[in-house]
Amino acid sequence: MFRNVAELVKLAEQQQVKIAEIMIRQEIEVSGLSREEIIAKMDENLTVMEKAIERGLNGVKSQTGLTGGDAVLLQNYIKSGRALSGNLLLDAVSKAMATNEVNAAMGIICATPTAGSAGVVPGTLFAVKNQLNPTRKEMIEYLFTAAAFGFVIANNASISGAAGGCQAEVGSAAGMAAASIVEMAGGTPKQAAEAMAITLKNMLGLVCDPVAGLVEVPCVKRNAMGASNAMTAADMALAGITSRIPCDEVIAAMYSIGQSMPSSLRETGEGGLAATPTGRRLEAEIFGEPKARLADYLVSRDS
Amino acid sequence: MKYRSAFDIIGPIMIGPSSSHTAGAARIGRVARTLFERQPRKAVISFYGSFAKTYKGHGTDLAIVAGLLDFDTFDERIPDSLKIAEQSGMEVIFKTEDAVPDHPNTVKINLYDGDIQLEVIGISIGGGTIEITEINSFKLKLSGDPAILVIHEDRFGIISSVTSILAKYQINIGHMEVARKEKGETAIMVIEVDQKIEDKIIEELKKLQNVTRVIRMVE
Repeated sequence: MFRNVAELVKLAEQQQVKIAEIMIRQEIEVSGLSREEIIAKMDENLTVMEKAIERGLNGVKSQTGLTGGDAVLLQNYIKSGRALSGNLLLDAVSKAMATNEVNAAMGIICATPTAGSAGVVPGTLFAVKNQLNPTRKEMIEYLFTAAAFGFVIANNASISGAAGGCQAEVGSAAGMAAASIVEMAGGTPKQAAEAMAITLKNMLGLVCDPVAGLVEVPCVKRNAMGASNAMTAADMALAGITSRIPCDEVIAAMYSIGQSMPSSLRETGEGGLAATPTGRRLEAEIFGEPKARLADYLVSRDS
Repeated sequence: MKYRSAFDIIGPIMIGPSSSHTAGAARIGRVARTLFERQPRKAVISFYGSFAKTYKGHGTDLAIVAGLLDFDTFDERIPDSLKIAEQSGMEVIFKTEDAVPDHPNTVKINLYDGDIQLEVIGISIGGGTIEITEINSFKLKLSGDPAILVIHEDRFGIISSVTSILAKYQINIGHMEVARKEKGETAIMVIEVDQKIEDKIIEELKKLQNVTRVIRMVE
């Protein structure tokens, strides 16, 4: 069993297989299920992801009305031909948002690694699919590669916003996605690890500050940027750029940053964007019970 | 290692919006129901930490109750669970606690049906993965793996009788914990295993002397 990214990369290099294959072999050993059963299980997850994206691209709205419809806006913009940052990148961003808009609307999604960060891995997958034309098997492998990296993060740091902030959720998801993109594009296991390191480095310190405590604002747009970050880092790694800080040390840094983050910035809905005047106003509108701090704000604004 | 499977990372398939606050909560509720071995008439659900602050926004309340109704994490009835609970005669009371728990996502569930009572404390550690940390004041650690719970009188030889039966059926034990409140009184065994445990094994364990209850955990 691999305990860190260095071991994971070494195993893949020694056995001359993809990282996805290392994860599948470990899963066979741990679960006692057959390869076919494991592949079928991941295939189901893939189907759920595909349907969630489809649903999101048709336009959804959450019960609070805070989120929904942005994935559609971005698709329309791509079609207009005016996009500056590249259609593939924006397609990934749009599909990441589509998934999270469905999640916010209490629809069915597959957590990757969590529900709040469920957009990044499928969003990037279904965008690069259009360029790389993978087989169904390769798409399933994409998810196992993501799982392998997520597995290391989850066991050595955290994938919970409440424990480690958004860097642990969308940051982890983005790192996982970057590694998977690299592997699907034909990069080496080492390049996959570099892509993850580069991505996660740039998500460090990201706090979890959901408005009204809901997985909506800023979560949908954080998934958008997670996808964009993953795409860029994957291209950088494929270009031969490496991270000066090794992947495992970046993960360790993420963990220690999460440990020192105040609880107001770890999914309590008490700090950051949640505590802004607008954040508090939205909270009051949704739950109909203005908090003390909202009252303070209203007084100060009037005076 | 806290996480053992690729499907802890890619998965579960679930109703949004939060894997820890919705899916994990549903799983804790479902484990509590399994331990209670029936649908409770009354449930008192106390939220701590982040759960206490944000349970409404994440539908944590709906999810725990859905779990108590034996719904899975992807059951589309989760958003309607409170209404369904009311229709099926289950009274639900929510409380928020100020005490700072060891883990930010902690919930205490008290279940009642006449004289029968159960108190379960669970934590949702991220990505839908959960741990049960306390059952009726017994401190323990029970995760989502296949597991059995054996409640028994604290007498010598019981642990070896139980493990002998598992050995006979070639069931490998991954993690095992024993706990008791007082010497010679009620004790509890949590046995996490690698294989699925069939009904006949459970029946055989139940027949052991001084064994009061045997509960198989759902995944």
